[in-house]
Amino acid sequence: MPADETRPTTTPGGASPGGGGSHPAPAPPERLDGADGATPAPAPGPRALAARAALRDVPRVPGAPKPDPVLVADGVVRRFGGLTAVDVAHVEIQRGAITALIGPNGAGKTTFFNLLTGFDRPDEGTWTFEGRSLARVPAHRVARRGMVRTFQLTKALSRLTVIENMRLGATGQVGERLASAMFGWLWRGQEESNTRRADELLRRFKLDAKREDFAGSLSGGQRKLLEMARALMTEPRLVMLDEPMAGVNPALTQSLLEHVKDLREQGMTVMFVEHDMDMVRDISDWVVVMAQGAVVAEGPPDAVMADPAVIDAYLGGHHDAPLTEEGEEEQLAAAEAELEREHDREVGR
Amino acid sequence: MDWSSILSNAARSAIGLETVIYALAAIGLNVQFGYAGLLNFGQAAFVAVGAYGLAITVTVLGLPFWLGVVVGLLGAVLLAVLLGIPTLRLRADYLAIATIAAAEIVRLTVRSATLREQTGGSSGLSGFAEGFYALSPLEQGRSYGFGPWVFSARLAWILLVGWVLIALCCTVVFLLMRSPWGRVLKGIREDEDAVRSLGKNVYAYKMQALVIGGVIGALAGFVFGIGRASVQPDLYGTELTFFIYTVLLLGGAARVLGPVVGAAVFWVALVLIENVLIQAVGAGFIPSAVMDSTQVGQVRFMLVGLALMLLMIFRPQGIFGDRRELAIDAR
Ligand SMILES: Nc1ncnc2c1ncn2[C@@H]1O[C@H](COP(=O)(O)OP(=O)(O)O)[C@@H](O)[C@H]1O
Ligand SMILES: [Mg+2]
Repeated sequence: MPADETRPTTTPGGASPGGGGSHPAPAPPERLDGADGATPAPAPGPRALAARAALRDVPRVPGAPKPDPVLVADGVVRRFGGLTAVDVAHVEIQRGAITALIGPNGAGKTTFFNLLTGFDRPDEGTWTFEGRSLARVPAHRVARRGMVRTFQLTKALSRLTVIENMRLGATGQVGERLASAMFGWLWRGQEESNTRRADELLRRFKLDAKREDFAGSLSGGQRKLLEMARALMTEPRLVMLDEPMAGVNPALTQSLLEHVKDLREQGMTVMFVEHDMDMVRDISDWVVVMAQGAVVAEGPPDAVMADPAVIDAYLGGHHDAPLTEEGEEEQLAAAEAELEREHDREVGR
Repeated sequence: MDWSSILSNAARSAIGLETVIYALAAIGLNVQFGYAGLLNFGQAAFVAVGAYGLAITVTVLGLPFWLGVVVGLLGAVLLAVLLGIPTLRLRADYLAIATIAAAEIVRLTVRSATLREQTGGSSGLSGFAEGFYALSPLEQGRSYGFGPWVFSARLAWILLVGWVLIALCCTVVFLLMRSPWGRVLKGIREDEDAVRSLGKNVYAYKMQALVIGGVIGALAGFVFGIGRASVQPDLYGTELTFFIYTVLLLGGAARVLGPVVGAAVFWVALVLIENVLIQAVGAGFIPSAVMDSTQVGQVRFMLVGLALMLLMIFRPQGIFGDRRELAIDAR
């Protein structure tokens, strides 16, 4: 499989045996059980260690100030009629770290992403990216400033080929201006260098075999990969992923996880929404918890998941996102036992 | 039945005036709908603005022909911008509603009795085409062409110019759509939010597509007006727009030559059916109890409709379309 995989910027952290940069999960794709560390994960890279060190002394309270925030939001409120979908008093996202945004369904995570990236307008509030205000900045300008997002419902451009999807991601293209579009010699050189970059990304995301296929013919997981790779074509500094693993074949989740970690090693900041707590625990340096529109808790993954406020938020909300795999299994076992009893009663009659 | 006259009429219509008009109008619509996914249901308005811009400038204002062309083109740009500003930021269906309404507004305005001095009301305007025919290098009174395609000097001149315009427009569309600009347009057709998230100003691209398609529609209007040497408001109704859509889907949307082939096939089919029916009725093959010669005009559209349905069932991607692409749509 990935014998020839090249990871230009990843250098294995310590000299841990077998902890090389490319260390895929063994053939049967298993979900990482981060809780007790049963599966040996690749050693964290230097940026991961740096991010965790930087966040070590941050107070574990909602709205905690970070040592080097790249994104700061203040009083962001979005109402839909009578419903307040988002009401974030203050939140800061640490530069160079992977921050997970979790919360029960309907907590307002997607809406918050939409607001931050200009796809929706808040009723109140301000937010800055790299120190510059983004309030009222249209979505395409937000992207040009280096803050790119993906969507919860994947948006592959179906009737464009995979490589065309990728090329579309490149910014500042001369050939995208109407005045120069008809004159190939003005943009061909740039197109070639963009294509080289696209091909390199496709190789990294193992989509190179699909290069000429229509994006619409890819599987759900491959589309997620393509969307992420395409977003990287914009050369972002902050990547916002809305449920990157949802609907992805378990065989692909491990490689997607590694790609997300890779972004941090390349110096990007990552913010992502995810329901799978094992994954959150595995890759995030910091976790922000939303419930009913507000930030209710913040902290490193393990601390946050033990926080009673968080457990409350989940149990209080629609309980459709199990906190852990064990939790899910317990529920399942309980339900099965219940069924068993019912069955016995029926038979006994 | 006189098959040679039936076939020669059909052959003439393959490159005839109607084919040129519909091909141009559909090339414009292809930029908007085929590539950018804009539901412009008012292409007839752009055709009308071209034709009336020329007619009013020359006949009413007494200005030269070339100025009429400029006015027609500017009118199309203006209409596109006016339609685009309020609707292109909204959902796709708003543009459809706005354009269908705008097309009717344009038609009803030029046909209104109050504006008879300026637009000729319901009878329209004429006498603006001579400036165009004066430019003709062809010798009046002679006829040009070969085989079934022999045309009078006047008709030959407008057809020549029309086909040059078609070739030019197709070249422009070809060059634009293989460029990164065209790629953005196709991306917008697929999912405009995805394109926006990649830093493209979707609104500006949609506006550009609407303007380019509208201007090409105005070119169709020039040919329409000049070819008939008159403009009449009721020729620019919504059914014109629907026929333009038919032509586009017939040839295959988002294909450079789709609109041209679609227009030719559409008109050949229409003329063929009409001629066969007329001859069959005349020769008594079809008893007058079933159909008489005055009903042929309507029946041919029914039969063309039937043929289109069959085509859409058996070749839904149009003549030039790619079945592989269409299959993706269904996912
Ligand atoms: N366009 C909208 N109109 C009305 N209500 C909406 C809209 N978008 C989201 N909501 C509501 O806002 C709340 C937050 O939704 P969302 O941000 O999608 O949650 P999450 O992504 O955390 O699951 C939900 O109650 C949802 O129903
Ligand atoms: Mg969501």
